[in-house]
Amino acid sequence: MAQTGSIGRLPAQKAMTFGEMGLSVAAVISAVLWVYITANAWTPEYAFHAGLFALASVVTVFLIVNRYQARPAELPTQEINGKPNYNFGPVKFSTIAAMFWGIAGFLVGLIIALQLAYPELNLGLPWTSFGRLRPLHTSAVVFAFGGNVLLACSFYVVQRTCHARLAGDLAPWFVVLGYNFFIVIAGTGYLLGITQGKEYAEPEWYSDLWLTIVWVTYFIVFLATIIKRKEPHIYVANWFFLAFILTIAVLHLGNNTTIPVSIFSSKSYIVWSGVQDAMIQWWYGHNAVGFFLTAGFLAIMYYFIPKRAERPVYSYRLSIIHFWALIFMYIWAGPHHLHYTALPDWAQTLGMTFSIMLWMPSWGGMINGLMTLSGAWDKLRTDPVLRMLVVSVAFYGMSTFEGPLMSVKAVNSLSHYTDWTVGHVHSGALGWVGYVSFGAIYCLVPWLWNKPKLYSLKLVNWHFWISTLGIVCYISAMWVAGIMQGLMWRAYTALGFLEYSFLETVEAMHPFYIIRAFGGGLFLAGALIMVWNLYKTIVMPAEEIEARITPSLVPAE
Amino acid sequence: MSVTSHEHEVDAATGTATTGHEWDGIRELNTPLPKWWLYIFYATIVWSLGYWVVYPAIPLASSFTKGVINYSSRAEVTAEVAQLTSARAPMVAQLAKASFDEIQKDTKLLTFARAQGKAAFGDNCAPCHGAGGGGSKAFPNLADDDWLWGTGTLDDIQTTLTHGIRSTDPQTRQGNMPAFGDGVLKPAEISAVADYVRSLTVLDVDKTADLKLGQKIYVENCAACHGEDARGNHDLGSPNLSDQIWLYGSDKATIVEGITKGRGGMMPNWGERLDAGTIKALAVYVRTIGGAR
Repeated sequence: MAQTGSIGRLPAQKAMTFGEMGLSVAAVISAVLWVYITANAWTPEYAFHAGLFALASVVTVFLIVNRYQARPAELPTQEINGKPNYNFGPVKFSTIAAMFWGIAGFLVGLIIALQLAYPELNLGLPWTSFGRLRPLHTSAVVFAFGGNVLLACSFYVVQRTCHARLAGDLAPWFVVLGYNFFIVIAGTGYLLGITQGKEYAEPEWYSDLWLTIVWVTYFIVFLATIIKRKEPHIYVANWFFLAFILTIAVLHLGNNTTIPVSIFSSKSYIVWSGVQDAMIQWWYGHNAVGFFLTAGFLAIMYYFIPKRAERPVYSYRLSIIHFWALIFMYIWAGPHHLHYTALPDWAQTLGMTFSIMLWMPSWGGMINGLMTLSGAWDKLRTDPVLRMLVVSVAFYGMSTFEGPLMSVKAVNSLSHYTDWTVGHVHSGALGWVGYVSFGAIYCLVPWLWNKPKLYSLKLVNWHFWISTLGIVCYISAMWVAGIMQGLMWRAYTALGFLEYSFLETVEAMHPFYIIRAFGGGLFLAGALIMVWNLYKTIVMPAEEIEARITPSLVPAE
Repeated sequence: MSVTSHEHEVDAATGTATTGHEWDGIRELNTPLPKWWLYIFYATIVWSLGYWVVYPAIPLASSFTKGVINYSSRAEVTAEVAQLTSARAPMVAQLAKASFDEIQKDTKLLTFARAQGKAAFGDNCAPCHGAGGGGSKAFPNLADDDWLWGTGTLDDIQTTLTHGIRSTDPQTRQGNMPAFGDGVLKPAEISAVADYVRSLTVLDVDKTADLKLGQKIYVENCAACHGEDARGNHDLGSPNLSDQIWLYGSDKATIVEGITKGRGGMMPNWGERLDAGTIKALAVYVRTIGGAR
């Protein structure tokens, strides 16, 4: 594709671009710095990470020089024959990375679910203990799987809906590769015991600084693409993507304001103290859910559902109102994670009331997702990909009703610290984020690799039903377990003593932990079916896929 | 596709006009906000405003609005704890004064002591001794009538609970199973005495075992604490070796390990952490699940 641009012109003088030159120099400096840190690191774990940074810097220089030597003098053009010359390389990379990290994250989730049911599976080793694997699971599914889905979809959607090539030459690659390098550092850090102990923000200061550089580049690439758009208006999906990228940057900086002990140490201390630290942590934590897992994935929903259903979005007005209401309300809701703690009562009140007011703005997205199907409901029978997307919106609606409910202090006094919270999170994570991601990836892969259709819709159907059964097992087990746990904790005898010891409540959870692990196993099995299906779609020649499409699968109309 | 690409075209399936924009083939309908959605949204806002009037809500320079009912979660939990404490107070006071004899004669007091003891047991003792007191390796079973220290009387149990075993308390129960592997006995001798101990409880012993040697070593080294008859000593906490109850295990390797390296489990002196009434209640409860000789 790159060569087409230079046809009919005089061969230009080949020279390194500013970006190639600048990034190479930066990488060389980085390599020297990290080799120096590796040599002086206080712990072998940190030396290992510093070594990885040094290695990555050297590989970066190598890749840039290699690319420079292999490429023609001119960079890819913005347009070919009047059509945008879309840059889908980074999108493809992130799509495959998402599938890889998804399987890894679901597998670790299954392992820790089994560890809770059978503690012997901790194996008595620090590296395989629940305390280290749990952040590995959450980061792998949220930031590695979810993050790569968001990178892939945002870079795809922004190009298509702006009718413009992705801004930047090396920058989009820097974003996807840099982000995945961050994932590697974060994940290996957890296993080695490097953590700052803040939930969903465990990576230490040097990983945080690296992510900041990557994320600001992401923001610039995305914004620059919107600025050079060929469409008069900005599509709603891009508002949501932009809100997600910008807010995550702010949250990340606020919650990781730490001072390292030394550049030779992985350890750092946060500048916030006491309840302020807790408040900042949950302002971050809740909005990671709000802007990463809600706003970002609503953006995906706003592109892929109308596209797949071939129907217009239900209501433009609703999309505007619920967008602004959602981003305004969400940022206040964090304190509901700290009900009945040292957090001042006024902050608890605001956290709870803003969560209640958030109910309808959240549901605006559900209404727009579901009602976009009007006039095309019949497609749910024949298209399991669309069914997955629509069911994801149903789960979104369910968990965004449950969330405000659980934020009410009276309900929270029962639900807090129980597995009900875990069930709530997973109805959103497996049902909403998981399914909307699967739906989007099922759409993206044939589009990106120029295939007429998926290898098998039948396998998508299997994926759908197996994982739906898994989700139902998971969340109903956690609802029962969580409510039972909460009721057992607060039960008093007639004589005024606690009826159950903590140990008895733990014993009572055991059967539900097994059901939960079973549900998680089904979800993983479904995802493995997906990976097989997508692999076949990518490797099978387009004509063979065409031939596989049997006459029985006629379009619905 | 039922929609044409003309601006402000009406969508045939729904009869609603589009906004006239199109991105990558996606159009938007100009559907008004659903009424029910809007009214519920307004209702949640009105409810929240009301809540802010009633409860603490608005931060001020150095304080915050207290709300019309002057609610405080700190005051709420203090009141709940006070209510519970006062409800239990008469019985707690009675238990603190009563002797074990009085407790056993007064059904009401005994029931209360057992209830309090059960709750305290679950929080403090169950992690080692199990929720039902069944014990596990190195942690004695409390639900049987075999006692290491004392004979399972309420006073014995109270002493153990208060001062602990091999704890930091000056009055702790103190007994010592030495490491005979540290130059006292040779491995062959340890093996022989382990076989001998197993033979006392009719466990299978290897045909080649030198039980005569084992017995000699037992008498010279073990009998002082565990007794000539191997029935143990409740004052020293030395276990009865002639019954089928084993704290660490009855297989030969475990016994050899115990003789070679010594044993000495630790129980905290709960007198430092729990009040005397709770310990009394615990003694009653533990006595209930187990039994005395």
